[in-house]
Amino acid sequence: MTAIISIENLHKKYILKHNVNKRYGSLRDELTNTAKQLANKFKSPINSSHQQAQEEEFWALNGVNLEIQQGERLGIIGRNGAGKSTLLKVISRIIEPTKGRVTLRGRVSSLLEVGTGFHPELSGRENVYLNGAILGMSKAEISQKFDEIVEFAEVEKFLDTPVKHYSSGMYVRLAFAVASSLEPEILIIDEVLAVGDAQFQKKCLGKLDDVGKSGRTVIFVSHSMPMITSLCDKAVLLDSGRIVKSGLVSDVVMEYYSSGQSSPASNDFSTSFVGDTAVRLLKGEVKNSKAEVALEVQIQEAITIEMTFEVTTNQQLKLVPNFYFYTANGECAFVSVSDSQLNFSKDKYMAICHIPSNILNEGVYFVGLALSSFDSGVNVHFFEKNSLSFNVVDSIETSSTRSGWAGAMPGVLRPKLNWETHKV
Amino acid sequence: MSSSSQHIVVIEAGRIESAYWKDLWRYRELFFFLAWRDVLVRYKQTFIGVLWSVIKPLLTMMVFVFVFGKLAKLPSDGVPYPVLVLSGMLPWLFFASAFSEAGNSLVGNANIISKVYFPRLIVPLSSVIVSLVDFLISGVLLVILMIWFNVLPDSRVLFLPFFIVLLILAAVGAGLWVAALNVKYRDFAYVVPFVIQFGLYVSPVAFNSNIVPEKWRLLYALNPMVGIIDGFRWSITGTNTPLYWQGVVVSVVVVILLIFSGVQYFRATERSFADVI
Repeated sequence: MTAIISIENLHKKYILKHNVNKRYGSLRDELTNTAKQLANKFKSPINSSHQQAQEEEFWALNGVNLEIQQGERLGIIGRNGAGKSTLLKVISRIIEPTKGRVTLRGRVSSLLEVGTGFHPELSGRENVYLNGAILGMSKAEISQKFDEIVEFAEVEKFLDTPVKHYSSGMYVRLAFAVASSLEPEILIIDEVLAVGDAQFQKKCLGKLDDVGKSGRTVIFVSHSMPMITSLCDKAVLLDSGRIVKSGLVSDVVMEYYSSGQSSPASNDFSTSFVGDTAVRLLKGEVKNSKAEVALEVQIQEAITIEMTFEVTTNQQLKLVPNFYFYTANGECAFVSVSDSQLNFSKDKYMAICHIPSNILNEGVYFVGLALSSFDSGVNVHFFEKNSLSFNVVDSIETSSTRSGWAGAMPGVLRPKLNWETHKV
Repeated sequence: MSSSSQHIVVIEAGRIESAYWKDLWRYRELFFFLAWRDVLVRYKQTFIGVLWSVIKPLLTMMVFVFVFGKLAKLPSDGVPYPVLVLSGMLPWLFFASAFSEAGNSLVGNANIISKVYFPRLIVPLSSVIVSLVDFLISGVLLVILMIWFNVLPDSRVLFLPFFIVLLILAAVGAGLWVAALNVKYRDFAYVVPFVIQFGLYVSPVAFNSNIVPEKWRLLYALNPMVGIIDGFRWSITGTNTPLYWQGVVVSVVVVILLIFSGVQYFRATERSFADVI
């Protein structure tokens, strides 16, 4: 089968002009520069290249090769400036590549922003049509889906109100509802879900999940690893305009974390001042059964989460360390709170939480480290969401809880429980 | 959803899009929606919005009639001076507003251009529609004025559509140039008001162009608005001044050059709009 999108040796070059901090030029600058260059050429015809020193080439994409099959849901991850958005813009035909080629075998809709072209003076109804047209829908198509859009956005009552009077939540809901009614063969989405309230986000995720399941090809860029892992089945990791890793989404997400300066299985906060006037978070670590820092732990292995912190006040505090565990979908799997009733005084401490073996299902987990005290009301000294992460894996050979079933097992937990089955 | 395998797009550097005009046609609905948006927004603030497109030419006309007709006592060749002025004022006001709307359209729609693909020509083209609506509304004023002064057009009015098309082409051609240049050099945002202010006096808006000495008239017609306004005035007011055809031909040639070079330049720079805007 030919790929629905083939990207061959794609390059995109930008010229960075130093000392000139605006993107668009002014005619005067251009004229004076040309004059200067001419003058320099005249003065020293051989060595006239030093004028170029102000300019620097920057390759936002530097030889990207990628094949995307129909029905694939591909996540693109990478640090800021890795070239993710540039890649999406080239595929969306918004900007032109400098070198290389992209072949698209299907209609593309790109959603690089929610509510592109919304006009504040126009009513919700008018904006649905306008935005739909901008995203490439025909009038007939929009009319047909109009009710569905309005229902999804939950703005029936305000349809004839100018959107400038909408709350930001309503605005985003309407914009997303229009976008999600698109039915292209290839859907390109850039970081648009980082909006709206949690409930609506969930609804959007559900909708996007449907999009993926209906055999459409989806390309998705996000900084939210939980979102990537829950929506995509494959991923590529970009770094400095190149693909450094591609494959299954969990592998690529792990690579993304481990390629960073501080591995998420061990996170040093001593220089980043997390905390308040009384305590400071110093370090967090995930360890496997051999007490080694580990990103990947076997399902039948016990896991230890350690948090080092420092009390910086002379007061006595009744501190309660607590850890939050999130699944890759962003759902909270569970929260664990220390039951110690110690009085803490000025010193360094380590809180350790033991997760028994055979309890968590396979997948990526994110740990939030928190420290609270309840001396005078509730006082959260710090709460670092997504401080650590680890990947629970289950190799089929050593499986203890699958009984021969090789497919994915649903659920957050997969506890090993006692079973009895006998003849009655 | 039907023709999935047939729809193949290849993206390459410097690729001449063979399907460009087909694509433009495919996006015609977007053209209408953008034009519709501009019109809606323009007249959204209820009645006074529509009224402006009448008040502006009316007041300007009155001043011009006073200055050029009463004070300077310029000849009008049998046409009441208010009709003479207004029949020049309408095409001029259309040109001025279409030219500046089109010129600013790309920068004004930068948020869409940097986020969605569509043939960029749609943006300046659709922005001209608002001016066209204005033009038609103020056209009613001219009709009323002509009835008032009992000026009735003869069969020459059949030429009117030709001059209107020429007028639109001139505005679009000039607008495309400025729109594309404006993306890269914001200086052109200042050029437009200047051209409009200056052009009002060098075009035969407030006077009949036959007051220009004969030997300068061909040169004068290099300003395409000269041929257009002359033709416009000639085809609707029953003026007994004969149309200076040589001048119209010069203006037509200039307009054709303007529109072709405008489209050419626009398409050549279109690819980099999203990079620099």
